[in-house]
Amino acid sequence: MTVTTIPKDQIVRWLRRTAQVLEENRDYLTQLDAAIGDADHGINMDRGFKRVLSQLPTVEDKDIGSVLKTTGMALLASVGGAGGPLYGTFFMRAGMAVGGKQELTAQDLVTLLQGAVDGVIQRGKAQPGDKTMVDALLPALEALREAVEAGDDIRTALEKAVAAAEKGMKDTIPMLAKKGRASYLGERSIGHQDPGATSSYLILKALLDTINETA
Amino acid sequence: MKKLINKPEDFVRESLEGMALAHSDLIKVNFSPTFVYRADAPVKGKVAVVSGGGSGHEPMHGGFVGKGMLDAACPGEVFTSPTPDQMFEAAKTVNSGAGVLFIVKNYTGDVMNFEMAAELAHAEGIPVQNILIDDDVAVKDSLYTAGRRGTGTTVLAEKICGAAAEAGYDLKQVADLCRRVNLNGRSMGMALTSCIVPAKGTPTFELGEDEMEIGIGIHGEPGRERMKIKSADEITEMLALAIIEDEAYTRTVREWDMEKGEWVEVELTDEPLKPGDQVIAMVNSMGGTPISELYVVYRKLHEICEKKGLKIVRNLIGAYITSLEMQGVSITLLRVDDEMLRFWDAPVHTPALRWGM
Repeated sequence: MTVTTIPKDQIVRWLRRTAQVLEENRDYLTQLDAAIGDADHGINMDRGFKRVLSQLPTVEDKDIGSVLKTTGMALLASVGGAGGPLYGTFFMRAGMAVGGKQELTAQDLVTLLQGAVDGVIQRGKAQPGDKTMVDALLPALEALREAVEAGDDIRTALEKAVAAAEKGMKDTIPMLAKKGRASYLGERSIGHQDPGATSSYLILKALLDTINETA
Repeated sequence: MKKLINKPEDFVRESLEGMALAHSDLIKVNFSPTFVYRADAPVKGKVAVVSGGGSGHEPMHGGFVGKGMLDAACPGEVFTSPTPDQMFEAAKTVNSGAGVLFIVKNYTGDVMNFEMAAELAHAEGIPVQNILIDDDVAVKDSLYTAGRRGTGTTVLAEKICGAAAEAGYDLKQVADLCRRVNLNGRSMGMALTSCIVPAKGTPTFELGEDEMEIGIGIHGEPGRERMKIKSADEITEMLALAIIEDEAYTRTVREWDMEKGEWVEVELTDEPLKPGDQVIAMVNSMGGTPISELYVVYRKLHEICEKKGLKIVRNLIGAYITSLEMQGVSITLLRVDDEMLRFWDAPVHTPALRWGM
């Protein structure tokens, strides 16, 4: 079935599903982080999205922009580490990009992700290839934009974006980390998948799964 | 995991609650958001010095809140940076109008969260400065990493800048002094064992019975090199020489321009230690190493400094910036001038550091 819009209730369901996925992957993300970081990424993201869950009821009747901005503020105030400012900025900028809307078109989704990824790059100053969440997010954004420009519907475009994010995530394995705590390991960071790229992939995949569930 | 905790998720809060009860004459603790602050804050006319970071490094930073040192400290979860709302509320609480200096250890998370807090404080009309501490010589390169980490020099900078603020220095003067302390301080640490983050429950890294990790940070992150364990003298020599023979280090940091209200990139270079320099020497336990072993390290460090022409004018030996229960040690050498030494000697009364009052 062709999907041409994402209504607000699906965005809310996406955030709830993300909380569930991050809880399920709490230990997995923490193990990835233990190998090259400081063993807290899964714990932090799980705590952050639990805070998001507790605040969603206060904004569910507002527009998509408000829902996403509230998500960002909740993450900023609860995640800590590098993930807090980065995912906080991701969702706040996503919300600012689609302020006032009750549903998103395919083009809106591109605008949303563009704003979110720009925000992450400005805050963290990571380049592609630095072994960070940017390595999953940027390919996903590019795949999404290309697909939408080629006339794909939302579901097909998101499938391509999630596949690109997954590939980007796996491509971080042979990379040498240049940002964050992993960068202190130098050569020893090679051979490990980046936890931030992994959580980024999981968050995007949760959106696709939410849409597939109802389409 | 064997720890004196109730539930892992309650550990940070319950520890702070105990600290507040134990030191109610010196500090208060605010929850939601969490920060420790001076019982007599805001102190009229005084620049407020605020720091913070992940928990698990106690007594840093909360143990250094009090007269002559920090006005507030923001503890995050264990080994996780605190969040901008904590720093912003702490700044509002302790700002007397003379402004707030954030002393920030150079870790990606801490830097980003404090940058966002500085933006919030500025928007609220609070004069604010951010100074980074990046003193860990284990990190050689700043171009392809997040730069040198903030370790032992943080403790010395908080003491010296806290005293300067108490003496009436204005915000720019305290910030300039803090930057200068950072550029004159160098540290290097090592671990004999890993530590266990309560929420995780298993060691952060595996270290064999006969192995040690050289060049660790303070978060149980793996270090620069793993090797067979050596004698205390040999370990001390490795750490001390890494500091003493460290060459000039250049990095670009972001500092807040109060007039323009924006971040500016500043290139800073420090000068290597040289014969004739006066230093404060800190021998610091990572949490699980007893003071008796620290003295074994200090004995050798003293000998090496003498041989290299460095004069240890003050020392600080004990557990001040730790990684939970990790066994290991870090050495910090801070080259001091008369101004820094005067502020080092000035009275201080905090839960973890007290002299002169």
